[in-house]
Amino acid sequence: MRAQPFVVLDGIAKRWNGALGVQDISLTIEEGSFVALLGPSGCGKSTTLRLLAGLETPDEGQIIIDGADVTHRPASGRNLSMVFQSYALFPHLSVAENVMFGMKVRRVPKAERLEKLRRAMEITGLLGFEDRKPNELSGGQRQRVALARAIVAGQRLCLMDEPLSNLDAKLRHAVRKDIKNLQKDLGITVVYVTHDQTEAMSMADKVVLMRDGEIQQVGTPEQLYNQPENTFVAEFVGAPPMALIEGHALSGFSDVPTIGVRAENIALAEAGQGDLQCQVSDCEFLGAETFIGLEHPQAQGLTLKVAGLKNIPAGQVIDITLARETLLSFDKEGRKISASPQK
Amino acid sequence: MNKHASQERRRRAIYGYLLLTPAAVLLSLFAFYPSVATLWSSTFSRGTRRNPTEFVSGGNYSDLFNDPTFWLVVKNNLFYAGITIPLSMFIALSMALWANSKISAKGFVRTAYFTPTVLPMIAAANLWLFFYTPGLGVLDQIGALFGLPSVNWLGQPETALWAIIIVTVWKESGFFMIFYLAALQTIPADLKEAADLEGASRWTYTRRIVLPLLMPTTLFIGVNAMINSVKLIDHLFILTKGGPSDSTKLILYYIWEMAFAYFDAPHAAAMTIMVLLVLGIIAAVQFFYMDKRTHYQ
Repeated sequence: MRAQPFVVLDGIAKRWNGALGVQDISLTIEEGSFVALLGPSGCGKSTTLRLLAGLETPDEGQIIIDGADVTHRPASGRNLSMVFQSYALFPHLSVAENVMFGMKVRRVPKAERLEKLRRAMEITGLLGFEDRKPNELSGGQRQRVALARAIVAGQRLCLMDEPLSNLDAKLRHAVRKDIKNLQKDLGITVVYVTHDQTEAMSMADKVVLMRDGEIQQVGTPEQLYNQPENTFVAEFVGAPPMALIEGHALSGFSDVPTIGVRAENIALAEAGQGDLQCQVSDCEFLGAETFIGLEHPQAQGLTLKVAGLKNIPAGQVIDITLARETLLSFDKEGRKISASPQK
Repeated sequence: MNKHASQERRRRAIYGYLLLTPAAVLLSLFAFYPSVATLWSSTFSRGTRRNPTEFVSGGNYSDLFNDPTFWLVVKNNLFYAGITIPLSMFIALSMALWANSKISAKGFVRTAYFTPTVLPMIAAANLWLFFYTPGLGVLDQIGALFGLPSVNWLGQPETALWAIIIVTVWKESGFFMIFYLAALQTIPADLKEAADLEGASRWTYTRRIVLPLLMPTTLFIGVNAMINSVKLIDHLFILTKGGPSDSTKLILYYIWEMAFAYFDAPHAAAMTIMVLLVLGIIAAVQFFYMDKRTHYQ
């Protein structure tokens, strides 16, 4: 018999004055997993997190955490901690007081409080900063204070609402690893909201991609990358995103409305021998490789990856071949067509 | 130094002084010079036809210290300040917390609380005169419904100062509420959410988070309330004229009376100097001492 999942969202809907917030959100989260809610701004990912946290009440549906129906329980009764996008640190309290705020509220004995504080400071590398006020810390340090505050709460479920979006790119990369390691070491379950697909793909065990208040696809990063359910997923995930080609532009695919292909499955071909003839629009040098943007009247997002530095003048016409066995087919509405049986 | 650089620096200095000039002229004319002149005239005796004005140094001050009315006025004013300042600040804060929460007709509530502040002092005092009038007044009319005897609120020493205090609190708390309301709105909503998640009660959140964050506002309001408590005079003209038997006489009213009813300018000047001195000291203490314990964002 399979154990019940740690967190269950069942048919959740939330509307704001009639306007759609999220709808039909059904999701299960295993204990100890790292789940990313991914999507463009306004897709409802933050709303979903706030519904889970108990900061909003759903109009429909049911939320179960650790076997208990918490749909109408206040945030404090859900046994979870949260890291806010703005960190939500109390500006007049020192780092130590910020971290210990919850324990003081819950009347944890002083010795235990100090011990937990010390451990959290150690884990987040903030030892020596206990007496600073938040405005005397850098963005990355504030972010770690917010993490420390979530850690000392000792909850098994931790929600994070775009915790890295206020950090610069380099720091973001470092903290990303820290968060992932922390989650593994503490064995906690993390639900993580982000609009950055790299973050979601690199950290999560399970990615939930949302658009316009609805879930588009749930799966491992690998599934989202290689088997997108629809063209939205295909174009949102991956850098560069999947290229979409109208079927009739390719010989042998005239009955398929849209073909999807990843950049790594596109190769340069001899003149006149490729599947498609395209014009070069730009070259983007990334160090180890160069992305060559291509233009074709029946395709969008075509990118050719070439090792090392390669500079092809814009406007030059080149031929490319596509690795046939990796092509994905989508129907008129953009949904994936499962491999046809006669193949 | 480079000739152009030093020229440029002088030009900037002149520019800066020019910008300061209008304020400096106005302040000197209407604040600094009068203060010094007051200090000067407080050290001279009052001239009469037989005794011309002469220098008495601290004579006027020791006269005041020996004047029982002066001490009564000081006592009245301390009592008045001691009640009105905390009470109006407390009511202002409570109203602000309430008007800032998720209630219906928020705009109406805010406007209603602010109305007393908009009314001119004299009009407001006349309004309250109507409330307090024995027999005819609203208070007595309501009292009569419950069979209570008619009370001359403003006419007896035991209740007169309290009646003045109530008018002041009614007038001031709406004004202070606006400051608290503005400060409350700068507190980000996610602080409340973070506290909620930690299981903090509404009271804990207010006490540990909101009140400390409101400290700069509280300090500002405190200083203002204190200055106002010494500045009050308009109500007294309409409501009691300092009576009965000096029970509602406050410091500024006594100064006015001294200067323009008894024509004793030197003693009025001496009192003014003492008020300035005390206010200055209190404001300095509030700012320098409390400032250290206040968090500014």
